[in-house]
Amino acid sequence: MEIIVDQDKCNGCGKCVELCPFDQIEIFGRLAVINAECTMCGVCQELCPTEAILIKRGRINAEEISDYQGVWVFIEQSQGRIKSVSFELLGKARDLANKLNQELVAVLIGDEISHFIKDLTLYGVHKIYSVENEVLKIYTTDAYTQTLVSLISRYKPNILLFGATNIGKDLAPRVAARLQIGLTSDCTDLDINQEGYLLQTKPTFGGNIMAQILCKHTRPQMTTVRPNVFKKFQFSSTSSIPEVIPVEVKINPMTIRTKVLEIMKEVSEITSLEEADIVVSAGRGVGSPNNLYLVKNLAKILGASMGGSRPIVDLGWLPHHQQVGQSGKTVTPELYIACGISGAIQHLVGMQTSKRIIAINKDPEAPILKVATLGIVGDLLKIIPVLIEDLTKIKN
Amino acid sequence: MKIVACIKQVPEISEVMIDSKTHTLIREGVPSIVNPFDENAVEEGLRIKEKYSGELIVITMGPLQAEEALRKCLAMGADEAILISDKNFAGSDTLATSYTLSVVIKQLKPDLVICGKQAIDGDTAQVGPELAEQLGIPQITCVKKVEIFKDEKGIVLHRETDDGYEIIQSKLPVLITVEKVINEPRYPSIRGTLAAKKKVIRVIKTNDLKANFCRLGTDGSPTQVVNIFSPQLQQKGKVLKFEPKDTSQEIINFLQQEKLI
Repeated sequence: MEIIVDQDKCNGCGKCVELCPFDQIEIFGRLAVINAECTMCGVCQELCPTEAILIKRGRINAEEISDYQGVWVFIEQSQGRIKSVSFELLGKARDLANKLNQELVAVLIGDEISHFIKDLTLYGVHKIYSVENEVLKIYTTDAYTQTLVSLISRYKPNILLFGATNIGKDLAPRVAARLQIGLTSDCTDLDINQEGYLLQTKPTFGGNIMAQILCKHTRPQMTTVRPNVFKKFQFSSTSSIPEVIPVEVKINPMTIRTKVLEIMKEVSEITSLEEADIVVSAGRGVGSPNNLYLVKNLAKILGASMGGSRPIVDLGWLPHHQQVGQSGKTVTPELYIACGISGAIQHLVGMQTSKRIIAINKDPEAPILKVATLGIVGDLLKIIPVLIEDLTKIKN
Repeated sequence: MKIVACIKQVPEISEVMIDSKTHTLIREGVPSIVNPFDENAVEEGLRIKEKYSGELIVITMGPLQAEEALRKCLAMGADEAILISDKNFAGSDTLATSYTLSVVIKQLKPDLVICGKQAIDGDTAQVGPELAEQLGIPQITCVKKVEIFKDEKGIVLHRETDDGYEIIQSKLPVLITVEKVINEPRYPSIRGTLAAKKKVIRVIKTNDLKANFCRLGTDGSPTQVVNIFSPQLQQKGKVLKFEPKDTSQEIINFLQQEKLI
């Protein structure tokens, strides 16, 4: 990595001096000069009016690769809580770190976040980089990108994992583009291959095929992972206490170009679907939107949340936030009941790790019956009314 | 107001079949469509243009056949279309794609760039943010509503979050990626379709670009697909076929046995 000021382009306007969060730029003889403590956060490169500053990033050679050490997890927190997906990632990251014999590092960014450190000690984390700044209280792409790029440039991780949440999917590609490195989205499996690279497996083409991806020449190797794909794994309280490293990252408010005016919470089925013990889902096999009430009633009597497959969401029978599958939610309830869902792989990747699966389908060849704990070949329009009646009797 | 909408031509996913012997995609005979999220991007661009006046340019990178997708957007009402197409761009991952797009879009100096949230073939949702970074402009992803749009104030919109939405303000120029719920894309009118047929689509090749050639195509793509396979399913549990009455009883027995009711 190297930062270069193009002498032909720089006109000494001093904008970069004003914007640099670390006070590492000075103007000498109408030319910007970068000082030694530069963190390569990239703010000046992005905002220079004459595009005179270039940070050489991207491909690195074989010798440089060993400079990049450690498996990092971006810890996502909001409203006083660490997101569940961050803990799931720590479990997987721990495996990867063990295989590589490298450190497991949690990256905690926000404001007033010290109380989260206790939560992280149970997951076998070796080190925590903690960045506190009031500007980081509410997520903005600009502030979080600068912070993460500074940390990466300074401490050089080998691997960095993000949850594929709305924030993770906003932040990870922005960071990847600033560093000019690779990024793989929505991985369903991660491993270290024989050569020591991160082998990233992800569904593609609507989940019809799985692709395995390597990123050999750029570091860190970055991926996003859907919530509920990996199991949360807690270590015993005897695991070693992590080393906490507070890192000061300065952020110039002028470099934050978006402003969150208001945060609106909607109590909807989004959270309940992913956290529900029982999920009952409908597919195209229900025949028409007029029959959806059957599946709804079944969900109601079981105290379940209702989901649906992609085709019926595309047809507008259900809202998108109730979609289960690769382009919807990943769920792992105690019980998943699939009603009239054939089981396209795009759907299966969103529910096949459920503890138990009951599938009702007319077609004995439907793939959903293969993943089912209990598969039923039959007409759901005939079966569900009887089932609801029987369940009602038991309840009373 | 100059608006650029980025689109992608994708295979109709529901029609994609897998060759059971080779475990690869059978692409022959699979219809191509404009990526559904990108239709929403074009529609939103049209609505903003109609309300505040301006022009809408649609742009895509892909094979020459992608012209068909651009024609559809012109028929919907876009003013101009650009196709970035060259064999050198083949094999581009999201970083190389967004870099190539950024080189062309920078020249256009847009006030607003609109992308679909993700494409239905790769489902990465990465090109939008990566493009914004390489254009050096802010981004707002997962937009479900554009509330106010004024030059002096910039733009105010609703961005979907994991448990609701946030209202965000940004200065212009900005790149936004849109959710499907943002609007209902219009159907091209017959007049629009006829007019679109006559329009000239600008085709941009490698030599037309003022680009760093190392950053294009496979050379500029850090990610490398090393293997593809079709997921194989093995029978996990039992499969029954009874009359509804008996089936219901089987299900209830199962639920009781597993202590779920």
